[in-house]
Amino acid sequence: MRHIKISAVVFTLLVLSGCATTSNRAFQMDESQVMLRSMQTRAFDMTDKRKMMQTVISTMQDLDFVIDDADVTIGSVTGTKFINQAVVTMSVTVRPRGETQLLVRANAQVGVTVIKDPETYQDFFNTLGKSLFLTAQQVD
Amino acid sequence: MNRIRRLSKFTFISFACLALVGCVATPKGFLKPGENQLQKRQLQTRQYDTKNQEQIIASVAGVLQDIGFTIGESETEVGMVSASKSADATDGGQVAAAVIFDVLFGSNTTSQCDKNQVVKASVVTKASEDGSKTIVRVTFQRVVWNMSNQVSKVETIDDPEIYQKFFDGLSKAIFLEAQKI
Repeated sequence: MRHIKISAVVFTLLVLSGCATTSNRAFQMDESQVMLRSMQTRAFDMTDKRKMMQTVISTMQDLDFVIDDADVTIGSVTGTKFINQAVVTMSVTVRPRGETQLLVRANAQVGVTVIKDPETYQDFFNTLGKSLFLTAQQVD
Repeated sequence: MNRIRRLSKFTFISFACLALVGCVATPKGFLKPGENQLQKRQLQTRQYDTKNQEQIIASVAGVLQDIGFTIGESETEVGMVSASKSADATDGGQVAAAVIFDVLFGSNTTSQCDKNQVVKASVVTKASEDGSKTIVRVTFQRVVWNMSNQVSKVETIDDPEIYQKFFDGLSKAIFLEAQKI
C-alpha cells in the first residue's frame, strides 16, 4: 500500500515537472544576482575606452579566445574558447564610471552553465590588470 | 537485515551526492594564462612597418576572401574582423580504417568519421607601443561534424604552417593593396 502511495507521488511529480515550461529558465535570476554582478565587475583608473577594449581583446586572445564580435559604441567584446569538448563563451563590456574610471564587466558561460565562481573572474581581471599595468579595484 | 538497510541508505546518499556534484562541476582556472601563452602569441602575431591600420585591415579582409572565408563581424575602430569557412573534413585513412573495422566486426563506426568542418578566424590589428608599426594577430578555431551530423571535435588550431601561410598571403595582399591592384 505504502509503495503504491509513493509511486503515485513520484509519478505526479514527474508529470508536473514535465509540464513546466522551459523558456523561463533562460531568464531565471536568483538572489545572488548582486554577488554575481560584483564578482564580474572591476573598476580601473583610466578613461580611454578604446584602449581598454583593445587590451581586453588581446587579453582574451592570450587566454585562447577567438574574438567573435566587438562594438565600440556599447563597449562590448565577445569571444569563444574550447576546453576539451566544452565551449566557453565570454562577453566583456567596458563603460565609463564617473570622470576618471572605467568599469569592466565580464561574464562567462561553459556549455549551458553560467560561471559563478569568483576565482575564475579574479583570474581574468588579474591577467587584464597585468596587461594594463593597473590594479583592478573591487566595486561594491 | 539492519546491515542491508544501512548499506542501501549509504548507497542512496552517496548516489544523491554524486548526482548533485555532477550538476555543479564546472571547469576551473580556464581564465588563467597557459604555460605556452607566449609561444602561441608569437605564432599568431606579426608586425608590419606601417601606421596605416586601415590599409592593413582592408588587406586582412582581402586575404580572408582569397582563402575562401566569408567575412562575418567587423569593428574597424578596434581593428577586428571575424570570418568563417565551411570545408570538407573527410580523411581517407580514417574512413578506410572505419570501413575495414565495420566489415570485420559488423559495427557502425563509419558514421563516426569526420565529414564537415567550420573554421572560424578572427583577426585583430593594433598599433605597436611606440605607434610606428601595426601588429596583426590572427586566431583560428574549428568545429568538426561526423557523418551522423554530431559535433565530433572542437579545437583551437595550433599548426604553425597554417599561420605562416596566412601571413604569407597577408604580406602579398598588403603589397597588392599598396600598389592598388
